Amino acid sequence: MNAVPPKMQSKKIKKHLWILVSIVFGMFLFCYALVPFYNVLCKASGLNGKVENIAANYEKVAKFKIDKKRTITVELMTSLNEQIPVKFTSETTSMSLHPGQIVKTNYTVKNLTNKPIIVQAIPNVMPGLAAQHFRKLECFCFQKQPLGPLEEKVMPLVYTIDPILPDKFGTVALSYTLFDITES
Amino acid sequence: MSTIHESTHHDEAHHDHGPAKGLSRWLMTTNHKDIGSMYLILSLAMFFIGGTMAMLIRAELFKPGMQLLNPEFFNQMTTMHGLIMVFGAIMPAFVGLANWLIPMMVGAPDMALPRLNNWSFWILVVAFCILASTLFMSESAPNFGWTFYAPLSTKYGPPSTDYFILSVHLMGMSSIMGAINVIATILNMRAPGMSLMKMPMFCWTWLITAFLLIAVMPVLAGTVTMLLTDRHFGTSFFNAAGGGDPVLFQHIFWFFGHPEVYIMILPSFGIISEILPTFTRKPLFGYASMVYATCSIALLSFIVWAHHMFTTGIPLGGQLFFMYATMLIAVPTGVKVFNWAATMFKGSMTFETPMLFSIAFIFLFTMGGFSGLMLSITPADFQYHDTYFVVAHFHYVLVPGALFSIFAAVYYWLPKWTGHMYNETLGKLHFWLSVIAMNLTFFPMHFLGLAGMPRRIPDYSLQFIGFNQIASVGAFIFGLSQLILVYNIIRTARGGKKATPQVWEGAQGLEWTIDSPAPYHTFTTPPKIN
Repeated sequence: MNAVPPKMQSKKIKKHLWILVSIVFGMFLFCYALVPFYNVLCKASGLNGKVENIAANYEKVAKFKIDKKRTITVELMTSLNEQIPVKFTSETTSMSLHPGQIVKTNYTVKNLTNKPIIVQAIPNVMPGLAAQHFRKLECFCFQKQPLGPLEEKVMPLVYTIDPILPDKFGTVALSYTLFDITES
Repeated sequence: MSTIHESTHHDEAHHDHGPAKGLSRWLMTTNHKDIGSMYLILSLAMFFIGGTMAMLIRAELFKPGMQLLNPEFFNQMTTMHGLIMVFGAIMPAFVGLANWLIPMMVGAPDMALPRLNNWSFWILVVAFCILASTLFMSESAPNFGWTFYAPLSTKYGPPSTDYFILSVHLMGMSSIMGAINVIATILNMRAPGMSLMKMPMFCWTWLITAFLLIAVMPVLAGTVTMLLTDRHFGTSFFNAAGGGDPVLFQHIFWFFGHPEVYIMILPSFGIISEILPTFTRKPLFGYASMVYATCSIALLSFIVWAHHMFTTGIPLGGQLFFMYATMLIAVPTGVKVFNWAATMFKGSMTFETPMLFSIAFIFLFTMGGFSGLMLSITPADFQYHDTYFVVAHFHYVLVPGALFSIFAAVYYWLPKWTGHMYNETLGKLHFWLSVIAMNLTFFPMHFLGLAGMPRRIPDYSLQFIGFNQIASVGAFIFGLSQLILVYNIIRTARGGKKATPQVWEGAQGLEWTIDSPAPYHTFTTPPKIN
């Protein structure tokens, strides 16, 4: 003989069922909510050194007071996401600047195949907490870079470092990873 | 609720009917005992499939260099071994025990939602058929480790990853339905007079486990859904090229993953808390503190996930927070271990097989806990991360932890299920072989890890030969000695000394007041609890 739950009991079970099912759906949505939450947290904590990939406001940057007393070393690194047939180098591997000073450097990318490809560079700044003070006025990473067969391109980067950068940072590493995004 | 009304009518027509005949009994059953048995049999089968993979891994690691498997297949074996043991052996075994025992322990005639119960079992079977089918595909089976980190499972995942995603979705649904059923049963169907604080500990630990399942299984479902859309629908949750972040994957995965490891141990705590009082002939020491300790472990499990990812570059403040929060878990766990020790203190103990497994559980699980404490120390973790030390740690909490508690539960309740006593000599032989072989297998892994042998690699340098050979020999003995368990179970199911209703002299609780074997329908009128 099976369960013969009294009416009250089956009503309560039904109520619990709905509460539990809504928790399940709530937690599924919570999983997706973790994505923006993570991005906010990363920005606050400098967890992943992500830089906002948009040009800084020139008016604002031009007003920065150059802090001649401090010199920051910026180390430039380039890497390829996979062994994609591209040569990707920076003009120099290390630069010195005073906070607030606007500087320019060049990167070179060369397509080693005879097919057109599209690449995109993704920046990262370490230490992560310095990333928010790194201001780019012009960067090749803002756009997709289409390359014709065997085409070589010189791509400029113009940036500065906000003088409010805390004193503890003497060296900042800027790295670009080049992704092949031809398919998409 | 329509299911309940229908069964009501059905029952009025046929009083006292037994199980249906033939295959349809198993396909369409809503009886908690049938479903419990099917879960346990499925988990035993999965235990042997996953175990065979472990044997292949240990055979490959018997000697340095490549012997039997190629590296690609080795990766598939480590991945599938982990997935099958976690989702196929340990978790279904606990759900099977919950199905069998919770209604009998709280004095209910069945689970609260019997049709959902049937569904959750058969969905699980389908999930494992899908997962196992990837082994026969022309391209690789899942090969990214059971943690399926992006981008290994996104960009570099084999085509079978999509089958893996579907099967994880199904397993998750099955677990969620099982958990809903457990909660609904415990909250609504307790016999009159059984307040929550009078419930057996097994019901308490399962209630908390069920809430953990409800909270984190949807997060796992969300994770694999993101994986799927990243793979095929152009999203970039975990893809750096599209503005995502692979480290985000690890955060979300371990937000699920850490509560998941407690899902695999909390029911064990309940089992041990049931068995110890029987064989010490004393009530459980500190019942209320056990309940609160279990609740605190469950709550803490939500704020420690990043201790799995210290090496990904978390800010110092975060590292300290996760280190201290992790160490804090040792406090409620310690409460439990001391309570068990106090239960045994001055008890009139006898050492039948379930008791032997329980004592081994307490001792060896505590060792696994200590290596966990070592791993929680952030600076030390940088050294231990991804080495065999981690492998030793989680096998110490899962094998003599979760698995031994399941063995203990099977020996303890088998007479209730089958109506026959199992063979004690074979049980003891199984115990001693298992406990010795298990230590032989996993203890040397601590040393291998400290010496720097990385996990999940099919080859190793020459200085690691000795310990690896000890581990492999131990693993083969462990694997073979499980055949004794199977033989003993089959033998007991077929016949043997009749078991009394109480079975064990010191056993207390509602399930020991009914006949052995437990009749197909029990507690159709609820018992009265004083």
